[in-house]
Amino acid sequence: MRERRRVGRPLQLLAGVLVAALAFAIVAQWRQDEREDFSGVRGAELGELLKSLDASNQRLARQIEELSATRDELRDSSANSEQAEEAARKRAAELAILAGTSPAAGPGIAVELSGPEDAVTAAILLDSVEELRDAGAEVIAINGTARVVAQTYFLDDRDGVRVGGSLLEPPYVIEAIGDPHTMAEAVRFRGGLADRVEDRGGTVTVEQRDRVAITALADIPEPQYARPAS
Amino acid sequence: MIPIIGLVVGIVAGFILQPTVPAPLEPYVPIAIIAALDAVVGAVRALGEKRFDDRVFVISFVSNVLIAAAMVYLGDQLGVGSQLSTGVIVVLGIRIFSNAAAIRRQVFHA
Repeated sequence: MRERRRVGRPLQLLAGVLVAALAFAIVAQWRQDEREDFSGVRGAELGELLKSLDASNQRLARQIEELSATRDELRDSSANSEQAEEAARKRAAELAILAGTSPAAGPGIAVELSGPEDAVTAAILLDSVEELRDAGAEVIAINGTARVVAQTYFLDDRDGVRVGGSLLEPPYVIEAIGDPHTMAEAVRFRGGLADRVEDRGGTVTVEQRDRVAITALADIPEPQYARPAS
Repeated sequence: MIPIIGLVVGIVAGFILQPTVPAPLEPYVPIAIIAALDAVVGAVRALGEKRFDDRVFVISFVSNVLIAAAMVYLGDQLGVGSQLSTGVIVVLGIRIFSNAAAIRRQVFHA
């Protein structure tokens, strides 16, 4: 018993020391784990980590490539469609002017034809329109109500001239957008329109204007028989 | 009494000295800690059953730590280090749980 006690004392101390060492180690390890690094990781595990990182890196790089390719494609196509839309809009505006479905304004002339009943006939009006077109008129309207387009016809009527469905009475004022000087010359040249009207006892006055606004629209029905053929 | 003093001293020393685990020992310390905990929990159980023995505690503590470290070392050498550490931790964990259950039965009679 005495010997047991003598041996027991250092052993108890040793047990205390061991517990202290355990506590110390736990604290040390605890602090170690709070450091976020890889110093405690085995080589093989590091290798695995590296490999998986490499793999995900490659995967992500591939994804980046695909996505940026898609983005470029989309950007291109949207730019293309924007351009196409812009071009189509421009073309539609030009065609609207040609077809007479849109008002137009610009430099031009106003030609007034007046005189006795038979001085200005449908034929004279048609000739004057042709003359103006020859001189580069882009938009033509008569008396501010009849827009002259491809389908417009000229027909003598009792009280005047029927132009594209609407009856016009003298005096006739032909407004045309184009180069004012050229068109004025085309009306006035010797033996031309002005001379012909004046031979019949009418008068022709030509006025060049910086700005002619034509708001009359042509009333064009949908084509009933003709279809675009390609 | 002495072990409790040791526990406090160890924790205080750990916080004051702020030790870092040396790199070569790094894989072994966690396993050694689990093994030592197993010995400590076993000792607490023996204490509750009034058959605690310093000698047994010291020897089981040291041998637990050494064997655990040796197994991890062996595992590392054989290339199954992480698996073997997991195995050792599982076994020690089971022992800690069963000892804790015994302690619980003594303390709470449940």
